[in-house]
Amino acid sequence: MSKNSDPLTTLRNAGVNRSGRWLVRGVDMDVVRGQIVTLIGPNGSGKSTTAKIALGLIAPDEGVVHLPDRLQVGYVPQKVAVDWTLPLTVGRFMALTDRITAHHVDEALDMTGVSHLRNAEVRTLSGGEFQRAMLARAIARKPDLLVLDEPVQGVDFNGEIVIYELIKTIRDELDCGVLLISHDLHVVMAATDQVVCLNGHVCCSGRPVDVASSDAYRELFGTRAAPTLAVYEHSHDHTHLLDGRVQHADGTITDHCQPSHSHHRAPEVPEKIVITDA
Amino acid sequence: MLDDFFVRALIAGVGVALVASPLGCFIVWRRLAYFGDTLSHAALFGVALALLLESNITLTVFFVSVFIAIALMFLQKRASLSADSLLGLLAHSALALGLVTLAFMTWVRVDLMGFLFGDVLSASVNDIIVIYVGGAFVIGVMAFIWRPLFAATVNRELAEAEGVNPNRDDVVFMLLMAGVIAMAMKIVGVLLMTALLIIPAAAARRFATGPEHMAVLAALIGGASVIAGLFGSLEWDTPSGPSIVVAALLFFVVSISPLAAIVTRTRSNSIVDGG
Repeated sequence: MSKNSDPLTTLRNAGVNRSGRWLVRGVDMDVVRGQIVTLIGPNGSGKSTTAKIALGLIAPDEGVVHLPDRLQVGYVPQKVAVDWTLPLTVGRFMALTDRITAHHVDEALDMTGVSHLRNAEVRTLSGGEFQRAMLARAIARKPDLLVLDEPVQGVDFNGEIVIYELIKTIRDELDCGVLLISHDLHVVMAATDQVVCLNGHVCCSGRPVDVASSDAYRELFGTRAAPTLAVYEHSHDHTHLLDGRVQHADGTITDHCQPSHSHHRAPEVPEKIVITDA
Repeated sequence: MLDDFFVRALIAGVGVALVASPLGCFIVWRRLAYFGDTLSHAALFGVALALLLESNITLTVFFVSVFIAIALMFLQKRASLSADSLLGLLAHSALALGLVTLAFMTWVRVDLMGFLFGDVLSASVNDIIVIYVGGAFVIGVMAFIWRPLFAATVNRELAEAEGVNPNRDDVVFMLLMAGVIAMAMKIVGVLLMTALLIIPAAAARRFATGPEHMAVLAALIGGASVIAGLFGSLEWDTPSGPSIVVAALLFFVVSISPLAAIVTRTRSNSIVDGG
């Protein structure tokens, strides 16, 4: 078990290369107790890959990842397809990787609002119900580190807000670290302590308010994503092409923003924001 | 009691069915039916090698099965062929190698039918000891890796993230498979081994409410198939191994019949009423 102040997972300049292509590169990230860190970014920006590096599922091809020994992890992967050949009720699913006391099972199912489905077969659940069951399973383990890869996919709108609130409650009750992947920018901005904005590399990271006001963020998600949060501007002289490559002001095209290249000029960088590709 | 060949056959056959069924559940869940087939075919090559080297047949079959399983794992990582093509390649190559090896040994007279279809009626007290001691070991190891192996079957990455070591469990499972095939080959034979692994599990699926429940049901159905098959073969003078498989098939047919649907529905209703 880690001490309270130690990070639950640490990535330093981590990158993963598959068949000569960098899925993600140069990621620096810490998840500490009591904090919700959210990864945002477009499709194919390396969010899930980064989460898998953080969990130790994928060994980085460059850089390092460190997880403390005997870390209790709760993981909600992006896609779980339960084959129809598997006889599996929600109750048994809760105890998938460890024995869980009946009390903790009931408590977790109650929290996510699916306690009535305890005896239901997993394959008969709707997408949203299954997502809630997966979240319940992860929190019933009383994890030190909770990793949620798009936990609200298929969940109805009211349910989404309840679940994001629930994630904050769990963080407070268990004093665990949460690594969250989400598309839902508005809710994420409200429910998060740290945001890491990915697009094959870390575009920017920091407090939600600072990230939302950064140019890199607006470039990725468009100006409409943060209409009220224009705090500062910095000149941004490269363009992210659709295929993930980067076109610089001088017309050259590289696979990524190289940390060594100086192509961001930020005249007034606010305190909290870290432009790692600057 | 053990003087009677029929009683020995019953005890040996039921033992094999009880051990094979929990492994068969994983064969069904993981869609590994062809993997079981391949190891069974490889067993014949093991028999041929054992005769050539004058070594213990059960042990040689075990090591050849393990070798084939490792070859499969290696080829899956290296060769650009799909798993089913590789399995077909290995299965029939091993079978052919076994037959060619046997043909070269002109001094050995082998009852090939005995190995292809098994002969449970020739089970000796020694066979029974091997099946029950080995079987107890296999069941013990299965109980130990049951939860992590099942977790990795549902979702490998989820299991790995939460502290399971799926690669280790896969290797252990493969060794157990090779062991069970080596033990059971004499009873049901190379061609029908896969049937005894998957048919009881498939028949149990319809009634099972959980993975453990399915394993126990599969073991009961497997045991009942052996008993029904052997008595049937005695009654109608049919070959013993195929009779066991036919009995298991009947259980499967019953499980997918409307009759079974009524049983399952009544039970699920009572669960709803109770909860």
